[in-house]
Amino acid sequence: MERLRRTMLFMPGNNPSMLQSAGILGADSIILDLEDAVSITEKDAARVLVRNAIKDVDFYDTEVVARINPLSSGFGLKDAEEIGRVKPDALMVTKATEEDVSTVCEILTKVEIEEGFEAGSIKIFPLIETAYGLENIHSIIKASPRVIGILLGAEDLTADLGIKRTREGEEIFYARSKVAAACRAHKIDAIDTPFADMNDCKGFAKDIHTSKSLGMTGKAAINPRQVDTIHEIFAPSEEEIDYAQRVIRAMEEAQKEGKGVFSLDGKMVDAPIIARAENVMKKAKLAGLIK
Amino acid sequence: MKIKAPAKAGTMESNDIYIMIQPNDEDGIIIELESIVMKQFGKQIKQVILETLESMEIKNIHVVAKDRGALDYTIRARVETAVKRAM
Amino acid sequence: MKNILRREIPESIQGYGTVRPFKGAFASLGEIEKKSVMLKSTVPGEKKVLASIQEAIRKCNIKDGMTISFHHHLRNGDYVLNMVLEEIAKVGVKDIKVAASSIFPIHAPLVRHMKDGTVTGIYANYMSGPVAEAISKGELKNPAIMHTHGGRARAIESGDISIDIAFIAAPTCDTYGNINGVDGEAACGSLGYAVPDAVYAAKTVAITDNLVVYPACPIEITQEHIDYVVQVESIGDPKGIVSGTTQITKDPVGLKIAKMTSTVIETSGLLKNGFSFQTGAGGTSLAVAAYVKELMEKKDIKGSFAAGGITGYMVEMFEVGLFESLFDVQCFDLKAVESYRDNKKHQGMSASMYGNPHNKGAVVNNLDVMILGATEIDTDFNVNVTTGSSGMIMGGSGGHSDTAAGSKLAIVVTQLVKGRLPIVVDAVTTVTTPGETIDVLVTERGIAINPKRQDLIEKLKATNLPIMTIKALKEIAEGMTGVPEKIDLDDEVVAVVEYRDGTVIDVVKKIRD
Repeated sequence: MERLRRTMLFMPGNNPSMLQSAGILGADSIILDLEDAVSITEKDAARVLVRNAIKDVDFYDTEVVARINPLSSGFGLKDAEEIGRVKPDALMVTKATEEDVSTVCEILTKVEIEEGFEAGSIKIFPLIETAYGLENIHSIIKASPRVIGILLGAEDLTADLGIKRTREGEEIFYARSKVAAACRAHKIDAIDTPFADMNDCKGFAKDIHTSKSLGMTGKAAINPRQVDTIHEIFAPSEEEIDYAQRVIRAMEEAQKEGKGVFSLDGKMVDAPIIARAENVMKKAKLAGLIK
Repeated sequence: MKIKAPAKAGTMESNDIYIMIQPNDEDGIIIELESIVMKQFGKQIKQVILETLESMEIKNIHVVAKDRGALDYTIRARVETAVKRAM
Repeated sequence: MKNILRREIPESIQGYGTVRPFKGAFASLGEIEKKSVMLKSTVPGEKKVLASIQEAIRKCNIKDGMTISFHHHLRNGDYVLNMVLEEIAKVGVKDIKVAASSIFPIHAPLVRHMKDGTVTGIYANYMSGPVAEAISKGELKNPAIMHTHGGRARAIESGDISIDIAFIAAPTCDTYGNINGVDGEAACGSLGYAVPDAVYAAKTVAITDNLVVYPACPIEITQEHIDYVVQVESIGDPKGIVSGTTQITKDPVGLKIAKMTSTVIETSGLLKNGFSFQTGAGGTSLAVAAYVKELMEKKDIKGSFAAGGITGYMVEMFEVGLFESLFDVQCFDLKAVESYRDNKKHQGMSASMYGNPHNKGAVVNNLDVMILGATEIDTDFNVNVTTGSSGMIMGGSGGHSDTAAGSKLAIVVTQLVKGRLPIVVDAVTTVTTPGETIDVLVTERGIAINPKRQDLIEKLKATNLPIMTIKALKEIAEGMTGVPEKIDLDDEVVAVVEYRDGTVIDVVKKIRD
């Protein structure tokens, strides 16, 4: 099923209250986090809890992704194996390298065979948050056919680059552009880093507009209250929908009349404009903006 | 299976359950439960704890559970974690 | 016998008398007669100020079996009920009935007076804390009688409750008995719940910690109803009386419920110029108000009034012009108290004007939308806010039944599951408010509309909202929690729940240990 992935909402993995309500908060995807949201002494507990939640809790139509610990940590391999067995939609691989992605891919292949799941049904979401990852993004994406998208993690990335993370985010202009372009090239989703300050509504809206304008397809959220704003901004605007509808109508009329080339508002409409209009309509339908 | 040491899992947050277990050599399974929904779900919670222990082949254990309204999947997770920690 | 809600109710209850069963929310309206009051006139030159509560009690000729009353505007900061009962216990009278509009944890000393027979009966619209627990355990001689806010006013006016002495906590009072609630250390704003007591009690004693020279304008309860005035050091703890600021919930589930509720209101067609609205002070209810505010601003709607217990948030909506007026029976926070004092369109109302079904029209009748809570709601939409699901008394109607009956659209907002307890159940532990007066239930996992509102079902079908039957919601809830075991209760009736018209809608049974 084709789905929207405008928002990916982080949920702490060791918190039953949050896990139980994760499916009703309106996010397109939820990331059940075993990594940063869980203290080192509770890694084992969170793994079991998240595994049981994926098995038993109704998340409705929400995509369920589990973020596993780094493979180097001693927890990550166990996470992948154990969570894989309850068939999440995807596993998120932190500080991803080509090797990490192929290791997780192999574990999932083994699990899918042993559990009788369809081959390749569990996807992988690499998290690009190192300079190495950013510069090798193409080979990381190509490391497994399971890769369906990239999440850009700006906090760790800027730390790795030795630069300051700012509210305006000019320092991650290159990273955003690179991730967006690479993902478009491989026809997968590009999800932007979350915005941290819950009290700065204006800054938040501006940040979402920036990531949309650079070609990111969605944004991670760290608080359920961020979801609606992200959806609003990533949804096609009324004007975009209106224009797309007119393009499609004009195209249909031109086809009826047997015209190959046609114009709208005095401008010639060519294939890229039609493709864009069709894309807008598809997004609007998935977002429930039109029927 | 036998557990070797005392262990704990879970929290006292709402919708969670705090499990403390101790080895117990011959008395079978003893469960002491406190719950905010004791009257409505006390029996079911004990049953879930018991089933989880049985599935892990634990025959002798002393469990103290403080429930804050956990659903079954949480109860099973916390018992399993406690037992694994006690192995 | 069973009443029309199929609740099993005795025909007669010891310590209560013959039961008039509930017959429907509007079955008892018609001609009624108010009781007359026997009073002693005050002659020129007579002084009203007495030296102590003890002296007031003696002057009022307190006797075994009398009914004394209190209002609850000082809420969990109230000292007056405890002070008065302490003095009454010293006199040694027994078998006193306490008609307190609400009882809070601070009133714990009342339990002792129940145990030694000083107090044998209690009337209240709401109760929580040790007194409620003691009643649930059968420690009061006669069953407590639970009213609604409007129903209490009706019972006092009709003579169903005959108050011998009303003790009125007065934040400010003058030497001739004029009272206001806006000045003084214990300022609580509107004194709406005390009005029926003042007007219909045989004797009325004002108890104040702010005795001022005559007259104490602006006057809220007037001198012709007051026999005596007593000054004490303090009538209450301001911290327990009004909260600082009531906060909108940050809980994402509560916010989701509130957002969906605002869409229901918008779709109902009631959100237009002249809109009237009431909501409780809970975090989710306030969040509904916040979303409604957004909609009103976006659509440039000017409402008529907001009513009820008033919070600072409603005051803000009023101050920016979203409502023409406020009707205030009780102030919930300091901001509401200040606005009530300073703004003429922030109008006070008595409990009777607010919700009494047996008068010439209560404010609840003019409400468009009412936002309500629920401890449990059954598949017939009957709501329990009186007992917890273990059977323990932990609340009461307050204005719940009154506003549900009066408003055009009564919406219950609640989480579907709270701490493993399913909120939608086959049968509620206690019926507080009949399902025929509830229109919509909004939970985070779905919205159920009362089948009698086909018009609403049609309108809401056109939206993206998750509309389903209330049975489907019950099944979702039980799917998460499992089916709760039935609570084993004793046969003894410890409280009688009267609907606003005085008929018995349900009874509360004693809990077993």
